[in-house]
Amino acid sequence: MTETRTWRLAAIIIIALIALFAALNINHPDWVESLLFWQPEGQREISLRLGLDLQGGLKVLLAADPPEGQEFEAGSMETARRIVESRVNSLGLTEPVVQAQGERRIIVELPGIENPEQAVETIKGTALLEFVDAGFNPVAPDTVITTSLGGPEAVQNDVLTGTGSVTPTAEIGATPAVTTGEEITPTEPAAPQAPAQVYETILTGADLANVGLDRTEQNQYVIPFELDQEAAQTFSQYTASHVGQYLCIVLDKQVISCPTIREPIPGGRGSISGAFTLEEARQLAIQLRYGALPMPLRVESFNRVGATLGEQSVNRSVRAGVIGLSVVLLFMLVYYRLPGGLADLALVIYVLINLALYKLIPITLTLPGIAGFILSAGMAVDANILIFERMKEELRSGRGLARAIEMGFDRAWPSIRDGQLSTLIICAILFLFGTNFGASIVKGFAITLALGTMVNLFTAVFATRTFVRQVAESAGKWLSERKWVLGV
Amino acid sequence: MFNIVEKRRWYFIFSGLLIALSIAAMGFSFARFGQPLRIGIDFTGGSIFVLEFEEAASEDQIREVFGQFGLESAIVQPLGTPDEYRWQVRTREVTAEEVGELLTALEGQVGALNRDALTFDTVEPAIGSEVARAAGLAILVASLIIVAFMWFSFRRVPNAFRYGVCTIAGMTHNLIIAFGFYALMGIVAGWEVDSLFLTATLTVIGFSVQDVIVVFDRIRENIPKYRREPFEKVVNRSILETIHRSLATQLNAMFVMVAIILFGGTTIKPFISVLLVGMVSETYSAIFIAVPLLVVWEKASRRRAAAQAAA
Repeated sequence: MTETRTWRLAAIIIIALIALFAALNINHPDWVESLLFWQPEGQREISLRLGLDLQGGLKVLLAADPPEGQEFEAGSMETARRIVESRVNSLGLTEPVVQAQGERRIIVELPGIENPEQAVETIKGTALLEFVDAGFNPVAPDTVITTSLGGPEAVQNDVLTGTGSVTPTAEIGATPAVTTGEEITPTEPAAPQAPAQVYETILTGADLANVGLDRTEQNQYVIPFELDQEAAQTFSQYTASHVGQYLCIVLDKQVISCPTIREPIPGGRGSISGAFTLEEARQLAIQLRYGALPMPLRVESFNRVGATLGEQSVNRSVRAGVIGLSVVLLFMLVYYRLPGGLADLALVIYVLINLALYKLIPITLTLPGIAGFILSAGMAVDANILIFERMKEELRSGRGLARAIEMGFDRAWPSIRDGQLSTLIICAILFLFGTNFGASIVKGFAITLALGTMVNLFTAVFATRTFVRQVAESAGKWLSERKWVLGV
Repeated sequence: MFNIVEKRRWYFIFSGLLIALSIAAMGFSFARFGQPLRIGIDFTGGSIFVLEFEEAASEDQIREVFGQFGLESAIVQPLGTPDEYRWQVRTREVTAEEVGELLTALEGQVGALNRDALTFDTVEPAIGSEVARAAGLAILVASLIIVAFMWFSFRRVPNAFRYGVCTIAGMTHNLIIAFGFYALMGIVAGWEVDSLFLTATLTVIGFSVQDVIVVFDRIRENIPKYRREPFEKVVNRSILETIHRSLATQLNAMFVMVAIILFGGTTIKPFISVLLVGMVSETYSAIFIAVPLLVVWEKASRRRAAAQAAA
């Protein structure tokens, strides 16, 4: 046995064992799972993620729907996505997914949701912007509070941070006052807890007539705002009697920032200033201006899969996979004998590696995704068939065993390569198509088929070749006398 | 040596019949539904509900409730066995707000629903037509890339262009037959074109070169080896040398696909079926259509060359 081959065999065995360990349905030790540094912190685990069509749930595809002729700003899609995400989180579901799809779509996946109609409402509805009276006790950003307007519903989630103080200006564009040390530091969102207190709502987003974004001579960002007439009156009275106290800006019951009231604001025009970064100031302005979403969103499609249907699909797919692959394994063994058996071994490793990758990467499995995987496993033996047929031909034409093996692999390679490449091209097109339209089922099929094709190069070419060479060397003489074992 | 290429006329006639049947199926579908293939809500917009009641319900009851929401044209069909009380309802698209009211009304007027089994799908017509356009584009791009890829792979072989064209011929053959099969199932079983059908179509396009490439590869290898043999004989030899592999591979793919169709999830049956038809057609067309076409072309150009030399 050559040294290189020893290493190759060892590598194949180690990879197969790791794959087996990951693929097994056991409780993996925590320290092993924490090694998966590419998975998001806190959600690292070795487990199969099932798509909505397999576990049941609601999928909503939202599209930006800006008013005619109006373009939305760069980055506002991401703002919208984050706002939708915080609303979705408020529903308290396990593992919801909120992802941008293409340039103007957001897909929301809500597994196991009880009340789909309400969920759509929550996602789509305009967020409620409030200014509440916090008295002398500022509330840390991100805290979820109860206000006098409507009940609490949100769960904490970090959306935005920012600090500031309200400074009145006689008119827009006037020099804003220099900010003093009075500000609320945005401490780490250290487990903000909901105070039992009910805060009184002074104004809502509907009272805002205009919101801008400006920069002072001190290079500080300020957000000037203008209230409509009626609200200006209320605000004037309120600020006059609450100087020095805190006024919190609250979005969907979640505190964004708590500026101090420095002076009474009589004319309905004021500005929020503070130690904002440009990004923070811009986001606060966007939120004040549009309530929450930087642009209206329209529901383009929504679809719900019943949990029972999902469960049935999983069971049936597993059964189909086991039956289908067993037939393939049997066929290969009967038709190609010993090399077929070695290809079977490679196919089992192939299945293990794929399952392990689904868990490790992780890849969310959908019903077509599983079909793609089963299909790719059935096609995975194609490379081996090409090689073995070639090998048999060479043996029949009187070549020695070692030579026939090498020629089988070398001559079959161009066909294998071209076939695999064309499959990968199609997968890429499918993936692009699926991504743009939130068609996760199309994407699921493309991903598993592409991944399988790549794993196949390792198992069907590299692993099988190593196995066959090893067997030929160990039992070459014996085999040369009994060519029927090789399927000739 | 068994001569496959010699009997090419028969394969061409057989394929011609299949293609004629496929076109007839699409024509019949067009006459009946106004579409060569029945297009599903992924591309047209609309809603589909699968409702499972706890007790027996009647079609009229269900239709009446949908009618109250202005959905008089709803198509209500029973699903599964009669004792499952499962129904499928197709309508124009229903908004998210309406769904809630609709379900409440159904529970109030027809009977309790099994909410765990409740499945529905709603697509806006606007995105439907956008998806349809993108789907057409995807098919076109996929075909072009695959043909360009074939032409590139065989660029060093004499008449590389012919190999590309014969591949397109085979691919078109497979697509027409796959479409014809789907049109037929649309008439018989109500199968509709959805995004999975598109996935199957693109996969058939991708696999269209798998078998052709192996035979072409072998022809490329055999031409210098058998210089004295006529082209037709070299091609025939190449087919015979590779046919075991084509059949073995096709068999394995069939094993898993048939297993999925028989035992797998119900919602992907149409998807896998059209994939199966496409792939069987692919193996057949590679051996019996695309490669013999290459011979026909070669003979025709020889005859022309001979005629010119004589003149």
